[in-house]
Amino acid sequence: MEVFAISTDSRFSHKIWQEEELSKMIEGGVPFPLLSDAGGRVGTVYGVYDEEAGVDIRGRFLIDPDFVIRSMEVMTPEVGRNVAELIRQVKAFQHVRATGEVTPAGWQPGKATLKPGPDLAGKVWKVWKPEQAF
Amino acid sequence: MPEKPDGCVKPTQGPILAASESAAANPVMEKEVSMVQARVGKPAPDFELSAFVDGGFKNVKLSDSKGKWIVVCFYPGDFTFV
Repeated sequence: MEVFAISTDSRFSHKIWQEEELSKMIEGGVPFPLLSDAGGRVGTVYGVYDEEAGVDIRGRFLIDPDFVIRSMEVMTPEVGRNVAELIRQVKAFQHVRATGEVTPAGWQPGKATLKPGPDLAGKVWKVWKPEQAF
Repeated sequence: MPEKPDGCVKPTQGPILAASESAAANPVMEKEVSMVQARVGKPAPDFELSAFVDGGFKNVKLSDSKGKWIVVCFYPGDFTFV
């Protein structure tokens, strides 16, 4: 698993932020690279660059080993992300990739998965209840 | 190619666009077509950016991590509050 954090700040700003603030929240600082997207060129291609503010807004992209984007979440800056949901999605996509099964809403490791096929059409109500989404 | 000394400004490739998606492929549509290429189920747009990593500066290319699960996380700025 690789994580890349990207903002329009310079690498010098990243260095000071890591050393002066992040390292006081997490010993040694965050364990992933901080990338500098000067001018929002990459953010533009990913659809997260706000031209009026001149910054990349919050956007998170999960990419699988075939280099295909599996999920994305984009939000305005005032609300932070939910890391637990990202980890759930990683586990779900890894499960699907390994087994060919599909994971219903709210799936967590250990919960029931579904095996798509003609026998399941119209019969999901028998094997999955909406309460399992939570 | 020898690495240039790391001065105050170090150009990077930025977004690395697929040749078929470049402006030249469709000059008439160019102005109308969105620059956004990131879509679920489609290959991730590649890029190379300068980075602060492991206490030093280096350029990071997304496709160098091909074969692993990758999370790319944009955020509004260093020292923001949330």
